[in-house]
Amino acid sequence: MKKRTFLKGAAAAVALPLAMTGPAFAQEKTKVGFIYVGPINDGGWTQHHHESALKMVEEIGEDKVELVYQESVPEGPDAERAMTQMALGGAKIIFTTSFGYMDPTINVAAKFPDVKFEHATGYKTADNVSAYSARFYEGRAVMGTIAGHMTKSNVLGYIASVPIPEVVRGINSAYIHAKKVNPDVEMKIIWLYTWMDPAKEADAARTLIEQGADVIFQHTDSTAPLAAAQDAGNVIGFGQAGDMSEYAPSPRVSSIIDNWAPYYVSRVEAAMDGTWESHNVWEGIGDGMVGIGEISDAVPAEVKAEAEAMRDAIAAGEYHPFTGPLKKQDGSDWLAEGEVADDGTLAGMNFYVEGLTGEIPQ
Amino acid sequence: MDLSAINPVLLVASLMVAATPILLAAIGELVVEKAGVLNLGVEGMMITGAICGFAVAVETGSPLLGFVGAAAGGAALSLLFVALTQYALANQVASGLSLTLFGLGLSALIGQGYVGKKPPPSARLDIPVLSDLPVLGRILFSHDIMVYAGLALVAGVWALLRFTRAGLILRAVGENHDAAHALGYKVRRIRILAILFGGACAGMGGAYISLLRVPQWVDGMTAGTGWIALALVVFASWKPWRVLLGAYLFGGVTVLQLNLQAAGLAIPVEYLSMSPYLITILVLVIMSSHRSGAPASLGRTFHASQ
Repeated sequence: MKKRTFLKGAAAAVALPLAMTGPAFAQEKTKVGFIYVGPINDGGWTQHHHESALKMVEEIGEDKVELVYQESVPEGPDAERAMTQMALGGAKIIFTTSFGYMDPTINVAAKFPDVKFEHATGYKTADNVSAYSARFYEGRAVMGTIAGHMTKSNVLGYIASVPIPEVVRGINSAYIHAKKVNPDVEMKIIWLYTWMDPAKEADAARTLIEQGADVIFQHTDSTAPLAAAQDAGNVIGFGQAGDMSEYAPSPRVSSIIDNWAPYYVSRVEAAMDGTWESHNVWEGIGDGMVGIGEISDAVPAEVKAEAEAMRDAIAAGEYHPFTGPLKKQDGSDWLAEGEVADDGTLAGMNFYVEGLTGEIPQ
Repeated sequence: MDLSAINPVLLVASLMVAATPILLAAIGELVVEKAGVLNLGVEGMMITGAICGFAVAVETGSPLLGFVGAAAGGAALSLLFVALTQYALANQVASGLSLTLFGLGLSALIGQGYVGKKPPPSARLDIPVLSDLPVLGRILFSHDIMVYAGLALVAGVWALLRFTRAGLILRAVGENHDAAHALGYKVRRIRILAILFGGACAGMGGAYISLLRVPQWVDGMTAGTGWIALALVVFASWKPWRVLLGAYLFGGVTVLQLNLQAAGLAIPVEYLSMSPYLITILVLVIMSSHRSGAPASLGRTFHASQ
């Protein structure tokens, strides 16, 4: 009894300020929520989501939308708390911007049927949950091409984050295209089990460099690997999620840039005018969701031209980064000559292609 | 698998670098705990030191001044702990935890203007002849100055605690503060000095991450190093040389597991990732199994009237 009374009291206490501010603000402004996995100034993944969110607010108008966000939300159960809080706080549409938020998003969405949810880089959807992701592997194909040409030691290093299909796709795509232009390359991979831990990323980059790598790929979010590459000299790397242009022209010779702003604008507008529907989209260079940062002068002109040609071919839909003949790591056939991987296989990719060593942690 | 790709000399050299932040923070906390105070705020002081050091280094262009700033920043934050536990006589565990939470927030606030900036580079030691020696040169004579400072600090703390009167008094305060008080020692003053020293060391440990190991500023970049330092003190039975051993072991296995991964060792990555924690704890627990060396007054509140 007492507990119930307390809950009532608490509900009234929460409802009261809402009721008071409600007519004044909430009805005119649509509250848009964002859940971030890292800090908004990580220089990479989260920063780009946040910048895109700010652009969205700017474009739709500050008088129409209100941005609420929470940074550094751990993947897992605590994410549900953060989302629930946001939904209770009156958010109409909530973007959850990391793979590990997938199940929490589905769970929370079931409790708030009137709130729209948008989950980044996952594959589960519901009536009020959309999934959206970018074809980062298209960008990795361009980076792989540059890497294959640029490496002198023929050793490429890859700092992998968490063993999910998105990361595996990136490794495969980078390796395939480096190998295509330079059959002698080998790739060393380190799994860090984190999206963001600058000290670990720096250690991993140094380790790879010590083992002879002169090109460092990263699927983690900070600029620490680029700093390590700069420190070592004669090592190049690529911007991840953000342009990381403060490390240009070298070690950062190009970058994969996530551009979420157009998507955010269209989805928030859809939620505002009631046309929002659940979907599962996967957009690449051609749609503008994946951008290739300027290829710096540290790259020879003919390599730059080749990389740009590949970028344009992918954008135009003339070339798919996963085109046969390709074999899996165990030597079994995957794609026949000219065959193109289907999205289903790519979405659940859990194998390396032929030539890569080591195992994917399961 | 290609183990020949692992260069043992570089491995040892990078383990010393990887261990230094933990070492600095842990040796500071050891002194604090030897004085009978349990400060769980190491992580908060480290991250505050990381941003204070970073800010000072960027503004002045001198990494050395950065470390001074980091020590000052860490010590300043520990003053809050002093006020709570030594004057307000608050619970040390709760105060320490809140210090960590506060430090994380405060550092993010100070760090707003320093995102994406690069600190001035720190010079590596380069002694003619010595630094060029084949194996030893790279391992012993070509680090940045803080690696040596960490080692010197361990030796200093060990000598202080073991051979000097000041060390004896510090230990007396930590073992039995009532007796120390009865003998006329200023328990509170000694503890405050120890806490400030711990804060300064933790701050320098944090700055080592933001100025040398990474080097850049990112929110929450110490990522739990402070907790490892804290655990290390306990597992090392409050002995300075064991703290050094533990820190090098932890740093060593961390670097080694990255090397093994890159070399393509056929051990599942999950086991490699947890190995630094597992091996460090295991070794230190076995070493200290016969008796625990915890200071008897650790974590107990002291007031002269009681």
